[in-house]
Amino acid sequence: MSTDLTAEGGHGAVPTGPEVPVEPKASTARRDWPLYEVFVRGKRGLNHVHVGSLHAPDDEMAVHAARDLYTRRNEGVSIWVVRSADITASSPDEKDPMFAPNGDKVYRHPTFYEIPENVPHM
Amino acid sequence: MGHEETVYDALDHAHGGEGQWAFGTGFDDPLAGVDTTVPEGIDPADLGAYCLMLGDDALVLCQRLTQWVTNAPELEEEVALANCGLDLLGQARLLLARAGSVGVLGRSRTLATDPVPDEDALAYFRDPDEFRSSWLVAAPNGDFGQTVVRLLAASAWRLALFARLRESRDPVLAAIAAKGVPELTYHRDHAARWVLRLGDGTAESHRRAQAGVDTVWPLLADLFTATDVEARLAATGVAVDPAQLRDEVRGVLTLVLERATLTVPAWPAEQPSRGRAGEPGPELTALLADLQGLARAHPDAVW
Amino acid sequence: MSAPTLDRPAAPDEAALQAHFDAVIAAGHRIEPRDWMPEGYRQGLIRQIAQHAHSEIIGMQPEGDWLLAAPSLRRKAILLAKVQDEAGHGMYLYSAAETLGADRADLTDKLIERRQKYSSIFNYPTLTYADVGVIGWLVDGAAICNQVPLCRSSYGPYARAMIRVCKEESFHQRQGYELLMTMMAGSDAQRAMVADAVDRWWWPSLMMFGPPDDDSPNSAQSMRWGVKRHSNDELRQRFVDMTVPQAAVLGVTLPDPELALDPATGRYRFGPIDWSELKAVIAGNGPCNAERIARRRAARDDNAWVTEAATAYASKHAA
Repeated sequence: MSTDLTAEGGHGAVPTGPEVPVEPKASTARRDWPLYEVFVRGKRGLNHVHVGSLHAPDDEMAVHAARDLYTRRNEGVSIWVVRSADITASSPDEKDPMFAPNGDKVYRHPTFYEIPENVPHM
Repeated sequence: MGHEETVYDALDHAHGGEGQWAFGTGFDDPLAGVDTTVPEGIDPADLGAYCLMLGDDALVLCQRLTQWVTNAPELEEEVALANCGLDLLGQARLLLARAGSVGVLGRSRTLATDPVPDEDALAYFRDPDEFRSSWLVAAPNGDFGQTVVRLLAASAWRLALFARLRESRDPVLAAIAAKGVPELTYHRDHAARWVLRLGDGTAESHRRAQAGVDTVWPLLADLFTATDVEARLAATGVAVDPAQLRDEVRGVLTLVLERATLTVPAWPAEQPSRGRAGEPGPELTALLADLQGLARAHPDAVW
Repeated sequence: MSAPTLDRPAAPDEAALQAHFDAVIAAGHRIEPRDWMPEGYRQGLIRQIAQHAHSEIIGMQPEGDWLLAAPSLRRKAILLAKVQDEAGHGMYLYSAAETLGADRADLTDKLIERRQKYSSIFNYPTLTYADVGVIGWLVDGAAICNQVPLCRSSYGPYARAMIRVCKEESFHQRQGYELLMTMMAGSDAQRAMVADAVDRWWWPSLMMFGPPDDDSPNSAQSMRWGVKRHSNDELRQRFVDMTVPQAAVLGVTLPDPELALDPATGRYRFGPIDWSELKAVIAGNGPCNAERIARRRAARDDNAWVTEAATAYASKHAA
């Protein structure tokens, strides 16, 4: 009876039965606004941190939409936005040769060095 | 610290971190902790009447912006318009509460039962002819183009006013204005950004934005002639004569429209405000029926 | 003269990638957007996150219908902030789906063309203002039960979006419960509204957790992949156990004569769920299915000229 329901996602029961088409059809979407990534500085002294993305027609609208969406509870003092397409990332996988060698370069990490307790300001 | 600073401080910080949860929703009495004494030489009846004009403008425009929620062009714009609406609702609550605090409640206080706060008695239990909002804010939204042109005009006017009201002799009004200035600056700039994009976007958007301008422009006629209340209060440094706002508002609107490649219509022939005189017009009457219906059906209820 | 060859490591084969993926999941670590992942995992997540996002956006409507009529200015501010949050939640979630290669406009089209679904709970109408309170208390309460475990979803962007959503949802449930407390302390008419709304929303809230475990074929794979963390029945029971004492404090009766504390387990037993009703709503016979979709369609189609104008302006002024 109820095999065509599932409770995926936050609001629960959604249908997944055979009457629900899942085959992607060629999209008729009009061209959407470009995607921007949003970075927020939570307070002075902290780095900007990636918080998510949004769509905007241009940079100016993007920074304002970011203010409206990601800082509407005063979560930030400064916002950066950048077109997602303009981000260069180490690719194609987070487990990339670019990162793998660093996994064993423990000397990069400050805790590698044992400092006597009585050395101040370290 | 002077009286003004104390009041501003109380308005801005009295509600702790609650504002972080949802703007303006964390408190029951908008003027809690604020000294509402009326300074000597100010007529409380005039002061209350003036607060109703400005509070009603905010409440009615909030209601209009809210009509876009779930209908806006993009999700980003849902959030932006709701932000403007929430700011205006906060201003309305403060101003209506200020009117109530100086005893300007009229019949609404007898229609609403005792536990109903003053701000709600005024918002929900006045008849349309007791409202004092301008026709500019009561006009229907039209399409998105007309909506942003109206938002531009209304926020340019209100920002020019609030910037001056920061010097009002009523410290509560001055504090409400000071709190509103950054909000209104944001609304005006948001609207201006859209007018630029629609005016200088596609042929279709240009046509619609121009139609919006042509519809909104005649409504400016009502905004710059002082009522008797405004004239008396302006003379004592409590209010601002709206005629003083004309050059600034006209300058801002002209600048934005020209940059948006839109035609600036001839300035309308100014006249005394119909809305401020208690002529509600059918559009405001319908808007108030939506606003007030439920509250009036249960005058003994607390929500 | 020959340039030195830059030998790239050979692309790992599928089995090695799969093994690495399985190891990340098994270790309880997060999968991130640029990681290799099985196609089933990617497609399943896109479907799940999109449905969740659609539910947030459609979920603005039942309560949004009361925005203009909210009976006090304080309640209006709360409701407007809440409905705005739901737009925000939808955006966080679409944003997570886009990290998997989906496109928001395309997902919106699928919603409008009914090729993707949203939670059936939002096809019920909101008949009185008490519905606003009950949606906050029961519907958002049930959503929180579902959502809190998703903060530990194996897919990083989804988990992070859910953390943000859950923080904001607690405001939603509290405002709903507070509204109901106020109404229960008010007039007889208000108390009657609350009772009626609880009667109408209780069973649909229980159905939000989905079919019973022995009848839920997709769950096993989702649990193995760490996309789903608890079974439907377990979450449903947790919700009932949390809600019954809240109902007692409120002074409302939940519409289930079989509801009783089982002294052996300390948990509440409840009566059988009538799934045929939910199926009717899903089949499109719910009171509001057509209306909900029509409004999204109108928002997209009637305002397409706005989106296009902004795009045109941006390209004119790109220099």
